[in-house]
Amino acid sequence: MDDVDGDGGFIRLDRVEKVFQVRRKTGFLRSERREVRAVDSISFGVARGEMVGYIGPNGAGKSTTIKMLTGILTPSGGRLRVAGIDPSRERTRLAHRIGVVFGQRTTLWWDLPLIDSYRLMHRMYRIPDARYRANLDRCVELLDLGDLLDVPVRQLSLGQRMRGDIAAALLHDPDVLYLDEPTIGLDVISKARVREFLRDLNAERGTTVLLTTHDLQDIEQVCRRVMVIDHGRLMYDGPLAGLHEAGESERTLVVDLARELPPIEAAPARVVKVEGPRQWLAFPASESAAPLVARIAAAYPLVDLSVREPDIEAVIAKMYAERAGEYEGMVS
Amino acid sequence: MGTGRLYAAVAAGGFRRYATYRAATAAGVFTNTVFGLILAYTYIALWDEKPRLGGYDQAQALTYVWISQALLAVMSTMGGGFEDELIERIRTGDIAVDLYRPADLQLWWLAGDLGRALFQLLGRGVVPLVFGALAFELALPGDPLVWLAFLVAVLLGLVVSFAIRFLVALAAFWLMDGLGAAQLAGLCGIFFSGMLLPLNVFPGALGEIARALPWSALIQRPVDVLLGEAGVLGTFVFQGAWAVALLAAGRVLQSVATRRVVVQGG
Repeated sequence: MDDVDGDGGFIRLDRVEKVFQVRRKTGFLRSERREVRAVDSISFGVARGEMVGYIGPNGAGKSTTIKMLTGILTPSGGRLRVAGIDPSRERTRLAHRIGVVFGQRTTLWWDLPLIDSYRLMHRMYRIPDARYRANLDRCVELLDLGDLLDVPVRQLSLGQRMRGDIAAALLHDPDVLYLDEPTIGLDVISKARVREFLRDLNAERGTTVLLTTHDLQDIEQVCRRVMVIDHGRLMYDGPLAGLHEAGESERTLVVDLARELPPIEAAPARVVKVEGPRQWLAFPASESAAPLVARIAAAYPLVDLSVREPDIEAVIAKMYAERAGEYEGMVS
Repeated sequence: MGTGRLYAAVAAGGFRRYATYRAATAAGVFTNTVFGLILAYTYIALWDEKPRLGGYDQAQALTYVWISQALLAVMSTMGGGFEDELIERIRTGDIAVDLYRPADLQLWWLAGDLGRALFQLLGRGVVPLVFGALAFELALPGDPLVWLAFLVAVLLGLVVSFAIRFLVALAAFWLMDGLGAAQLAGLCGIFFSGMLLPLNVFPGALGEIARALPWSALIQRPVDVLLGEAGVLGTFVFQGAWAVALLAAGRVLQSVATRRVVVQGG
């Protein structure tokens, strides 16, 4: 029962920190030591079978967290467990339980056909022959790798290589799959394919998935839960929809009136734009649109309307901006 | 047992990786042959002037040339083996991928390099040697046991060569430009392996030192075994001792480097 770690998290972080010493040259033979808190007291738990998105701007500490979870970085403080294993102490034991895909790196053998890398995984993870074959067949089918197995990796496109890398990470049936920017640089079709595969994997195998990304569509289409990190701190942890409230985002109601009229008065909504008979009204995302529409319809000659959901990227950008403001306040 | 199969697969991969580049192999064979010809005529001129230079007669000296050409790529005397790739992986941070695998870094690269060497022994070693044997009068032994001893010496020399290059590559964890270290090591390899001139011809302290350095295990020692100029057992002990010492140093450096990465970040 090494999976359950007291409080039930399959992945469990308790006030985990990672501090880097950065040396900066300040003159001839003179340098200054500075501490950078890449991860600053982060705590969260991920249950078995969850799919969690981990987002944040460049340098927020996403990859550092992933590296600690794989055991290739040792935390400077706090407690970290994956499947009951302390990653940095038992990296090799953990390696059999996890799969890792770094979008910008490859685990495949560059000069050799794809299948050669898989044969190597077969030996490296000591996968029983029957299981290896079953898993390979499944990945080949779902990731559409059939025609690529005999192609040298260096000749694969980025999307093909990424699918190849994902398959390589799954041949040993890992309980957890970490993906660091799995869709970076991929075209729309390749992205869709990767996302669909991840959803299927989770549904069929119950694989726990933790993915970092810059692409919010990855999160929207794959994850039920999202964590937002910035400056090494966890700023939000919850369902994607909740981000709107956390970011105090607004929905937009677009109304077409029968003729040009002065700006509609319908608090708490406020008119943000008028263009001829069309008006744009912003209202809090937490409010229901129905009563608002009813009120407007009663008082104005309404022809048509549409409701626009807030742009999640804008919400997050707003969160970052607010935080950045706080930080500057702290410094000065 | 499972571990053995993994490293056998890595070695097989190393072999096939180099086997895919046929044009490069052909170009290498051509280069080795031309280089062998230049050296052969240089040696002829030298040995005409000074017969029994370094204790070799002319046929032995020419054998030395063609065997060392056959071993040049095998031993990665001038670099160009796995180390460039390892240095690049350290520089770009791809080494992180290697570290989370359930495999040993040193054994992994050793297996791959042995696979590469086996390919280059067949792909780049045989042709120049046959050419040399046809074009010149060589002093090749007829006793298969001597050839067997030679192959063992080649294998041991290869492990020494690997161990040196592994140390050089790991230096990239600390140096901004790991390739500079690799070039320096390549330069040492060219001279101290005995590739340009047999180390036996160097007099005094320089000769003594050159013959005691690990690079002599790469070419000088195996060729001397083939020529019957050195004791087989003594050669194996010399090579084995360097191999063990340098591999051990590599292990220490590897664990220091890994800890540094693990604690400090890539």
